[in-house]
Amino acid sequence: MTLSESELAARPTESSRLGGTVRVRDVSKVFGQRGDTTVALNRISLDVPSGAFVALVGASGCGKSTLLNLIAGLEKPTLGDVTLNGRCALIFQEAALFPWMTVAQNVSLALKLRGVPRRERAGIVAELLETVHLQDFAGHQPHELSGGMRQRVAIARAFAQEAEVLLMDEPFGALDAMTRDLLHDELERLWLDRGFTCVFVTHNVREAVRLADRVEVLTSRPGTIAETFEVPFARPRRIEDPEVAALAGVITTRLRQEVRSHATE
Amino acid sequence: MPLSDDQGVAVKVLDQELSGLDALAAQVGSARSTPARVWSAIWPKVAAIVLGLSIWQAIVWSGWKPEYALPPPGPVFRALWQGLLDGSILNGASLTLRRAVVGYSIALVVGIVIGLAVARVKVLRIAFGSLITGIQTMPSIAWFPLAILLFQLSESAILFVVVIGAAPAIANGMIAGADNVPPLLLRAGRMLDAKGFTLWRYVILPASLPTFVSGMKQGWAFAWRSLLAGELLVIIKGTPSLGVQLQVARDFADAPALLAVMIVILVVGILADAFVFGALERSVRRRFGLTDSAI
Ligand SMILES: Nc1ncnc2c1ncn2[C@@H]1O[C@H](COP(=O)(O)OP(=O)(O)OP(=O)(O)O)[C@@H](O)[C@H]1O
Ligand SMILES: [Mg+2]
Repeated sequence: MTLSESELAARPTESSRLGGTVRVRDVSKVFGQRGDTTVALNRISLDVPSGAFVALVGASGCGKSTLLNLIAGLEKPTLGDVTLNGRCALIFQEAALFPWMTVAQNVSLALKLRGVPRRERAGIVAELLETVHLQDFAGHQPHELSGGMRQRVAIARAFAQEAEVLLMDEPFGALDAMTRDLLHDELERLWLDRGFTCVFVTHNVREAVRLADRVEVLTSRPGTIAETFEVPFARPRRIEDPEVAALAGVITTRLRQEVRSHATE
Repeated sequence: MPLSDDQGVAVKVLDQELSGLDALAAQVGSARSTPARVWSAIWPKVAAIVLGLSIWQAIVWSGWKPEYALPPPGPVFRALWQGLLDGSILNGASLTLRRAVVGYSIALVVGIVIGLAVARVKVLRIAFGSLITGIQTMPSIAWFPLAILLFQLSESAILFVVVIGAAPAIANGMIAGADNVPPLLLRAGRMLDAKGFTLWRYVILPASLPTFVSGMKQGWAFAWRSLLAGELLVIIKGTPSLGVQLQVARDFADAPALLAVMIVILVVGILADAFVFGALERSVRRRFGLTDSAI
């Protein structure tokens, strides 16, 4: 099952849709005071064009979360420039929903803080919850939902922010395999539909190949881009597609080589 | 974007699979019936009361103290009944409770204002942070001599000590709550563009609610203790508060009346704790999903 030519052409890569851009230039990030410092990122550069889906993979501690925080503006780079065009939303590994609010109120708060008038909010919230198939859970508290459902609420909230760049930090890392597969399908569908730009951090190379147009392999600490892999396969994809598995194998080999090179140093 | 047939079907299948998983994952409410729950909550308490009364009776029977000093439950409950009938207990309890509510309300306002100021303003935090904890550790009875100097033997002296006993605990609850907001929620708030006042209004204050309610509860315990100590120390003529009744019963060596008033004080304390503060705490914890659903 593949998309027809005309549908691919209709894919909203033009600026009319919600695709922001990210430009990271020679960025370094050092944590800590003098004497006791960690270089998390070393002169990393990254360009994410409008509507692209880029995955970042790398060993634990190589600075992936740091990079997303820099792009999101939660941290300032020590050196270099980060340029973000468009509104962005960051989705964490654990859905950072407010536990005292219902699902609908969580989504609605994003609208409210954006200045959307009260009478318009309910309609938009209902629409967004339908988009992530959670219309029946509007009145639930986050703790009454499963981890996968919470992540979908977080995605709905990101849409409520009208995020043009969706930054995702191992968003499905804590989920079981079946839920994760479904959320891959869901995320791909939403991305095809809405045309936002996505930067997706993961430990899981298969997941990266399943979802992204482009997979960036980061070096171990201090992090920088080791190699870029294009993923030319047609969509929608499945994680068990043989070409996905084959490319994931190649990238994993590259990643291991990267980690090994560190051990011998 | 119009969907092709294939895609339409795929979306529908995805929809079904997701809602299937959701239905499996979503929590289902507990199915235990209400009478069963009420019974399982009540019988241990009833058993504890019966046990307590038996031990009391057994001590009296053992002849450890003469009955005019330690009467058995029978005469005490008769005295209690008598006090309920002639209205003296209700009068006393309502006077004492009114003082408690007034003093506690003032403490709540003072505690919240100080707590907010200290939590928000760094200089104030450095200046007063440890002082507040220090005042909290000070036994409130030590304030009475000063209170009597300042306000003479008046209700204001009692209220002063009640406020000073309760307000630091409330302020501390506020400060600790604001300090312990999970960083993840702060970052989520900042991602929603909430800064400064907006961040406080929509993230920090609600997130600190469970800790604040614990502080409120602790503040109530301090207020109640200070109040009874105050009513015993600061005797105001013509006000038959519970503390005064206790004192009078001792002066007349009326042990059954004395124990009856003590029981009233105990019961009022338990009721306030369970039905006001306990209920508040439980509802907040339930709201936040902090309760174990098995309990
Ligand atoms: N606030 C901080 N203060 C000090 N060091 C930090 C801070 N945040 C991150 N680091 C360090 O920077 C390095 C990169 O951290 P980061 O969280 O970005 O890694 P990561 O690639 O996301 O790892 P993981 O895959 O385990 O999530 C780590 O060595 C970490 O210890
Ligand atoms: Mg990380």
